[in-house]
Amino acid sequence: STGVAGGNDFQWCFSQVKGAIDEDVAEADIISTVEFNYSGELLATGDKGGRVVIFQHEQESKNRPHLRGEYNVYSTFQSHEPEFDYLKSLEIEEKINKIRWLPQQNAAHFLLSTNDKTIKLWKISERDKRAEGYNLKDEDGRLRDPFRITSLRVPVLMPMDLMVEASPRRIFANAHTYHINSISVNSDHETYLSADDLRINLWHLEITDRSFIFEEPEDPSSRSFFSEIISSISDVKFSHSGRYMMTRDYLSVKVWDLNMENRPVETYQVHEYLRSKLCSLYENDCIFDKFECCWNGSDSAIMTGSYNNFFRMFDRNTRRDITLEASRESSKPRATLKPRKVSTGGKRKKDEISVDSLDFNKKILHTAWHPKDNVIAVAATNNLYIFQDKIN
Amino acid sequence: MFPKGTKRKFSDSGEEPVSAGDQVPPAAPSVAARTLTSSYSLQRQSLLDMSLIKLQLCHMLVEPNLCRSVLIANTVRQIQEEMTQDGTWQIMTQALAAAQCPADRLVATEVLCRQTDAAAQAGQSPKPFSVVGLEEGYHAEEVVMEGDVETEVTMSTLSPVSPQLSSASYLAGPFGMGPCWEEEEDDGECEEDEEEDSEECVSEGEEADRDHLSADSRTGEQVFGTFEIKHPAPPPDPALEELFSDVDPSYYDLDTVLTGMQSAPKMGPYDLLESLSSHGPTTLSSSSSCRSDLNELDHIMEIIVGS
Repeated sequence: STGVAGGNDFQWCFSQVKGAIDEDVAEADIISTVEFNYSGELLATGDKGGRVVIFQHEQESKNRPHLRGEYNVYSTFQSHEPEFDYLKSLEIEEKINKIRWLPQQNAAHFLLSTNDKTIKLWKISERDKRAEGYNLKDEDGRLRDPFRITSLRVPVLMPMDLMVEASPRRIFANAHTYHINSISVNSDHETYLSADDLRINLWHLEITDRSFIFEEPEDPSSRSFFSEIISSISDVKFSHSGRYMMTRDYLSVKVWDLNMENRPVETYQVHEYLRSKLCSLYENDCIFDKFECCWNGSDSAIMTGSYNNFFRMFDRNTRRDITLEASRESSKPRATLKPRKVSTGGKRKKDEISVDSLDFNKKILHTAWHPKDNVIAVAATNNLYIFQDKIN
Repeated sequence: MFPKGTKRKFSDSGEEPVSAGDQVPPAAPSVAARTLTSSYSLQRQSLLDMSLIKLQLCHMLVEPNLCRSVLIANTVRQIQEEMTQDGTWQIMTQALAAAQCPADRLVATEVLCRQTDAAAQAGQSPKPFSVVGLEEGYHAEEVVMEGDVETEVTMSTLSPVSPQLSSASYLAGPFGMGPCWEEEEDDGECEEDEEEDSEECVSEGEEADRDHLSADSRTGEQVFGTFEIKHPAPPPDPALEELFSDVDPSYYDLDTVLTGMQSAPKMGPYDLLESLSSHGPTTLSSSSSCRSDLNELDHIMEIIVGS
């Protein structure tokens, strides 16, 4: 079958899955954000427990060039801790809402991670050497009595096992009244934005004198009590080319041309079959789920998540779309993912799943597409799935 | 129990015989209310109740997402505006006003002091209809919401607390029994599993009646799913907005009114609306009691109804 993103005979297949297999998911292990860095070499995840895990792409082995390298754990650190706001008598969750990488300027990697209230700039650096032979202290670190030193020596750098250290370089706290939901690094690499539901903070602000409002006029015939909620935008992403912008609302993804702000140029329905279920989805709060969306490297395809661990891809050129599932069942190495379908009519075909059988607790909110290759990372609750294209 | 085969219209509530003298029929519904389909107005009422419960910050440990709170508050406003337009708001508040005069009826102490399931589960956002009494003897239906097509709706027309009924926030209808309303359509299908809670208001062994509840709720779901606002939203009336901003939603929640909130609320939902409109950060440090000042509320309602 023809997949999406890559031309004819394109198929996605399983590559790796990270995370525990237990049915009992610890709340803290739920993945809350996924982000590739600029080169795609590093893949960072944040979870509800305030931890950041960074995976690094291993080089392909020369023996088996047909296999892409794997992502393995590179660094793990506790980014945020739970706090208590005594004034409001409310907890501040340590859940990592967003991670953004800064473009790499030297050997170290920098990223911004944020919870609801505090943004932190982390430096991730490698250490594979250490100095030995200090004059003023022993090998075990104890200070020497300077009067006992009779000769001087030059410390020597000795190799050591690679250590990856993460250290907080800056902490931006108390800047937001409401929950921080996104951060974005500016192209000048020196400034960044942080936004909560009402306000955007500019860090090292550069004043711009133009602003645009992108808004599609509402269709009056489809107005309901849920109209405002489902048109609320949960994610915005610029295309890599900088020419387009994509917005995600509850039921659809829209692509906007930055030169035309009165209506989107493309609209893709993610799960239109949920429109008749909005009352139930309001009751169980699912209607407030904030799905993200992402572009592939060439901006020819877009991806977003849905329920039942389904995620959707749309090819902008061929207008084809595909629904895939991130599940343990389809996690055999290099197993091709089978397209899934939700039956909306009365009759349900074999292999289709009916709307009422969908598991609304299994939601894919966070997805990321490698900036250069056809490799995708999909967060399904506490598991991170990595899929790649089938190399023939 | 209803005689076999009887199907009742919601809009006929004022004409039905009442049982055991412990019900006060509400005022005759206005013409506008009568023209609304019963399932639509019940669904709308349940949406309103659901929304108000979602806004109750006293049940939350973590500060809720602002966007979500605003969207829910906006939904509440839209419903209020529409209900005011078609007259059902006035009916409801009149019924509430009638319910607030317990001078001539005694209410058992344990009913007054009983904790609701929702309040007892600290830290969990309450299922909206656990607040609606699910104890035995209460004849309202449970809303089944698990991605299910079948949706049953609770009856929210209010009648005074009777000693026999549990500490329900929303009480049985004027018939004294659970909600039974005219069947809109009969698809002829019925899933018996979901009819358990509605047994009391359906005559025994009568398949047709059981069917009609299921069918009606399906229709309701369809109606609600492709919801259309019946009247265009009126331009916001600042005076009305200001009046509504003081309305304490626990006014409809009789359990709250009679027992007081179990945990000190950080902020009432309407305080949230007010603080949102003033564009300032919410001042959650000023806690407001969820107990309503009934006299003040009566006064406000009189003004609204009179205008």
